[in-house]
Amino acid sequence: MLELLLDPLFHLPFVTGLLLAPVAAMVGVYLRLRDEWLAALAYAQLAGAGGVVAVALHAPVILGAVVAAGGLAVIKGLLTRPGNDHYVIFILVGWGVALVASAFSAHGDMVGKSLMDGQLYFTGRPHLMAAVALIVAGVLCLPWLSGCLLMSRFYPDHFSANGLSARPHQITFDLLVVATVAITTTSFGVMAAFALLFVPAWIAWRLARGWVWVLWLAAGIAVAAYLLSFVLAAALDQPFGPVLVLVLAAISLLRWLSMPVPGRR
Amino acid sequence: MQPLLVCGGLIAGYDRPVVGPVSFDLYAGEVVGLLGSNGAGKSTLLKALTGQARIFDGCLTRAPGLRMAHHRQQPVRPRECPLTGDDLVRLTGAGRRTPPDDVARLLDCRMDQLSGGQFQIVQIWACLGSPADLILLDEPTNNLDPEATAGLIRLIREGLGGRTLLVVSHEADFIQTVCSRVVPVSP
Repeated sequence: MLELLLDPLFHLPFVTGLLLAPVAAMVGVYLRLRDEWLAALAYAQLAGAGGVVAVALHAPVILGAVVAAGGLAVIKGLLTRPGNDHYVIFILVGWGVALVASAFSAHGDMVGKSLMDGQLYFTGRPHLMAAVALIVAGVLCLPWLSGCLLMSRFYPDHFSANGLSARPHQITFDLLVVATVAITTTSFGVMAAFALLFVPAWIAWRLARGWVWVLWLAAGIAVAAYLLSFVLAAALDQPFGPVLVLVLAAISLLRWLSMPVPGRR
Repeated sequence: MQPLLVCGGLIAGYDRPVVGPVSFDLYAGEVVGLLGSNGAGKSTLLKALTGQARIFDGCLTRAPGLRMAHHRQQPVRPRECPLTGDDLVRLTGAGRRTPPDDVARLLDCRMDQLSGGQFQIVQIWACLGSPADLILLDEPTNNLDPEATAGLIRLIREGLGGRTLLVVSHEADFIQTVCSRVVPVSP
């Protein structure tokens, strides 16, 4: 098993995943802050569909994923109050388009299957470069973006009351989500990307005390789950995506081992 | 002295007018109360000042660079929320000021573990302690027992630091105690 893990073929996918897992988890924390956690699955499903459609059009998979997720971001921006009902429709559309488009060619079928299965080992240098770029962008904009997103959530009229526009931070966040989901989906697969966006944030939301700890805990859970899944998938010769999803589902039990459901006194 | 804010014959609402016409000026250092019965449109008037309600008629003039903080009648409080009181006061800039003891002892708690009254006090301090020039408090006595209301009055007197406060309440005694001037509001 150790030989498998040390195989140079696995180095690039391993590093790519190690970079992406905590980023996806932290973005998931902000999606949860905005009550948009179901949007994460809609983004992931549409990014997957975009990847498959891109194959049919002889375009790069990542480009298709970014365009599809970006399209969702634009539609979301046009809806005044996008609710979970809207996201369910996007999820269904993404699933249907992915399956229909994959039927057009053998290559499309293979890409579609790998996006649904979640085969991290197929990631290449473009994924790694995109992951590095994503981290740099996140580090640069997060200090400003975080404060704006928190103010928008807890003091919704802060921006209008002070003559400030909320559009810059909303658009920046949407772009960050689009990039994160598109790269994570094309690396981990649809459901594994959704699990990374949802589960660590969900656990950290319950266990942490304080905003900074929520972010660190979510990132830590994502890295731990990723490392464990990588080893298990290699050792058991199983596709990576489902293993990661199952590991995260098992770790989610931590929520019930903590304090009782917080009640207001 | 130039007013911070001028409301002239303001009529505000949502799909249709709810309140007004209302006229008043706010000057630096004043504590002004908006007093009216339930449904008079007091909260709508505050929302019109913050751009969250529609202005149908009249004028609203703000001093250039005026910074506002708004404590809503029902502040946002998710059922499960890992943010602490400390997170909240840092967010608004109130973390730069030393909080009163009544507030300081609550700042380490998660927001979802505070009682309604405790949460209210932390929220009000997050606005009062912020660097805003004009602070809007909408029904600040909600969820407060008489002892906590007395604490709130101390908080307003000690925490305001010469800035301007516009308070909405249906409790006439509270308004008369904290405000230097009262503006009646009716639909």
